[in-house]
Amino acid sequence: MSNITNQSLNEIIENIKTKKISSTDLTKAYIKNIESAKKLNAFVTTTFDQALDKAKQFDKKPNFDQLLPGIPLAVKDLFCTENTKTTAGSNILNNFIPSYESTVTKNLWDNGSFLLGKLNCDEFAMGSSNETSHYGNVINPVGDQLVPGGSSGGSSSALAADLTPATIGTDTGGSIRQPASFTGTVGLKPTYGLCSRWGIVAFASSLDQAGPMTKTIKDCAIMLESMSGFDEKDSTSINKKKEQYSKNLKDNIKGLKIGIPKEYRVDNMPKEVDDLWEKGKKILKDLGAQLIDISLPHTKYALPTYYIVAPAEASSNLARYDGVRYGYRSKQGKDLIEMYEKTRSEGFGDEVKRRILIGTYVLSSGYYDAYYLKAQKVRQLIKKDFDDSFKKIDAILTPSTPSSAFKIGEKTNDPVSMYLNDIFTVPVNLAALPALSLPAGVDKKGHPLGLQLIGKALDEQKILNIGYAFEKNCGFKNEIKKWWS
Amino acid sequence: MSKEKFDYFIKGEKGKYEVVIGLEVHAQVLSKSKLFSGSSTKFGADPNDQVSLIDSAFPGMLPVINEECVKQAVRTGLGLNAKINNYSVFDRKNYFYADLPQGYQISQYKNPIVGEGKVLLDMPYGSKEIGIERLHLEQDAGKSIHDMDPSNTYVDLNRSGIALMEIVSKPDLRSPDEVNAYIKKLRSIMRYLGTCDGNMQEGSLRADVNVSVRKEGDKNFGTRCEIKNVNSIKFMQMAIEYEAARQVELIENGKEIDQETRLFDTKKNETRSMRSKEDAHDYRYFPDPDLLPLKLEQKLIDDLKKSLPELPDKKKERFIKEYELNVYEANVLVSEKEISDYYEEVAKLSDKKLAATWMMGDLFAMLNDKGLDISKSPISAKHFAELVQSIKSGEISGRIAKEVFEIMVESGDNPKKIIESKGMKQQSDPKELEKMINEILSKNKDKVDQYKAGKEKLFGFFVGQVMKLSGGKANPQLTNEILKKLLKG
Repeated sequence: MSNITNQSLNEIIENIKTKKISSTDLTKAYIKNIESAKKLNAFVTTTFDQALDKAKQFDKKPNFDQLLPGIPLAVKDLFCTENTKTTAGSNILNNFIPSYESTVTKNLWDNGSFLLGKLNCDEFAMGSSNETSHYGNVINPVGDQLVPGGSSGGSSSALAADLTPATIGTDTGGSIRQPASFTGTVGLKPTYGLCSRWGIVAFASSLDQAGPMTKTIKDCAIMLESMSGFDEKDSTSINKKKEQYSKNLKDNIKGLKIGIPKEYRVDNMPKEVDDLWEKGKKILKDLGAQLIDISLPHTKYALPTYYIVAPAEASSNLARYDGVRYGYRSKQGKDLIEMYEKTRSEGFGDEVKRRILIGTYVLSSGYYDAYYLKAQKVRQLIKKDFDDSFKKIDAILTPSTPSSAFKIGEKTNDPVSMYLNDIFTVPVNLAALPALSLPAGVDKKGHPLGLQLIGKALDEQKILNIGYAFEKNCGFKNEIKKWWS
Repeated sequence: MSKEKFDYFIKGEKGKYEVVIGLEVHAQVLSKSKLFSGSSTKFGADPNDQVSLIDSAFPGMLPVINEECVKQAVRTGLGLNAKINNYSVFDRKNYFYADLPQGYQISQYKNPIVGEGKVLLDMPYGSKEIGIERLHLEQDAGKSIHDMDPSNTYVDLNRSGIALMEIVSKPDLRSPDEVNAYIKKLRSIMRYLGTCDGNMQEGSLRADVNVSVRKEGDKNFGTRCEIKNVNSIKFMQMAIEYEAARQVELIENGKEIDQETRLFDTKKNETRSMRSKEDAHDYRYFPDPDLLPLKLEQKLIDDLKKSLPELPDKKKERFIKEYELNVYEANVLVSEKEISDYYEEVAKLSDKKLAATWMMGDLFAMLNDKGLDISKSPISAKHFAELVQSIKSGEISGRIAKEVFEIMVESGDNPKKIIESKGMKQQSDPKELEKMINEILSKNKDKVDQYKAGKEKLFGFFVGQVMKLSGGKANPQLTNEILKKLLKG
């Protein structure tokens, strides 16, 4: 079975279950791919020996009733993994080996999978191009000059390059959906609280949410089912019954009402993005869905709101990286204050420092009311826009990003244009809603573009169903040439 | 009790100054585990022995509220006659320090769990009400140890994350004595409630003291200074006296008082500036996004209210009524729950008035001498009651009782056994006594004559002789009566 690694996760699981391939051979096939894809720089750490051990154990005593039987998985390096280095893409955690396993990865392992390696990402998930990682930028398999998106850039690159059958990322303002869009893959940001945040290196606590990144919608449903669930260790975790997303996947969307928000048609948006949106609407309409024009009037405030709330929380969340108890510590400091200053100056990269400074500023006395408090109020208005709309519709269709993957270095000196990449994704995080990025087509350069489906809180099944129907009728095929091996 | 007049003023050259004091008391919540983690809160463990990944702020760790700590705060709020807020919010107070692993302390800023309440103090000049501004829950920090190594600082995180209640008073206190009474009252209420052990040596109760002065009669408050983290009542009183005098001196010399944070140096007995208002930390408070707002159901509050024990104020009223104690006695006997329990047990088995007198006299003196809490008393309440009863019934005299008491302390035996085995029973048989007294009078004819001639002072001599002959066991009252009768004759 030479081409096992370009199959979908669901197909691979079928092959494992029918014993067409062993977990060991599957794992070896991915290891081979990973070793020949070093140019992509998708991995920070590989755990091949450990993975092969687990694969052998599985093959000896296979349990085919599990959701992810004998499946090797690489995960974003933001998830703490027991006894495996976890860097969050930062120099300040370059030597950090957790003694604990994040709830989400533990859930994955409990469903039969095991760790293949840790995937590169923007430092502390702050970035939209994977260029802020201390471990070097990641390359998009779509083209050797292109960014893979961010912050889950290692995840999207590895997935699109067949270095892992599926993966997980985290999404604070679009960090799953934008890289998925840039690589022609599926990415889901679940409802805030559906997946536990315990053991995930925090960026902005009220926005962070882990989610699956996969080749197909079915794979996405399998992964979501495996990773989600109530966790009493996370006070913001939602206590509800687990759903069987993959079993309940349906492609009949007749009669569903799809909202089209006028505010998502932004200035200077490339025509091909607009065309793709039109194509998406037509596909859904042809499948029997009803398109309804809606308005989300506070959309234009979402980006500035996000860039107050997220840095504010980050400035506080990252205070713990002080060189005292773990991680990098500068040897230069003569006293406590100097040790802090040097450690944090040397440990953090520019983008992280920028956001810590912004966050510290907006929380400072005298500025708090004007920035942080106001942003929280606007956040409520943005949420209310969605709540009002969802009274009359089932889901919302928008583009995932305002453009396809851009060139490495193109936006690194212009943070604001970099931030603008998140314009369609951040409102969803602010409103704590689930949203799916679906591969839907390519631009004239042949680079993938995605469409975004936004659902009501905890309505993952519905947007997965719409995505499932869309996928079957879209005719998109991710054709990536393996130029790197 | 005679009513005195309040008189605590600092006398300057230009007049008398009133001292205005407000306290922020940090009381450690009595709970098995910390406010947001499962680590133990036991005192005295080896350094860093009681530290979880949460307390040491490892990446990805999240706080989960300990419900018992919330209940303890509500109980305390109810004990302070305070408003319990159904909705409260945990905020982050951001600052860097080596013993603050998260880089922020989780506290409550704008929406505390408990609102306004009050505490009653019994002062020599009458009862005084001290307003409570609020009570909120927060995490304790760890401990930096600077003297273990010449060039390094060590950090012990055992305390990191332990739940504290910060109880903020209104600026209603006016003297070191009132501060003493206030702290003792708070401590007593919390110990009755079982919400804080009040152990100041172990740091379970500490306070930040806000002090300002103003000319007697002024309506406006002066500029205040905050003296941080004082851990004994004595030090609080010393710090207040020093600080008030310092402020008066500044004012008298026409200088301004800077609003600042000060430290009390216990060795030099002075306060020193720690940081001025300009250098004050900007804590950048904001709601902790890892924790949902705390919403308390009214039923929980009502149930906790129903299950509260009788508190010192109520108990005092009852003691006065039920045991006919005076205010002073009642105050002393309800000051600690264990003392009041002991007293009630004794009072139920013996004479309630006599029990109070003997407890507050000999028993307390002995405990004080030995440095023991009443819970560790070598004399059980039951034995003590028997002793009181023996006195009351006239079986032994007060003097003998003191001897019996001593033996009880040493042997732990019951008083009946001691009295019997040592033949200490009081001689109360009038015939026997009369016989003994006649014997004494016939031996001392000259003195009897002198007495009869008007030297009445000699009466004491005769009593002494009776006591000597009886080995102190003669019933004093009866002795007096018989002596008087026979000397008349």
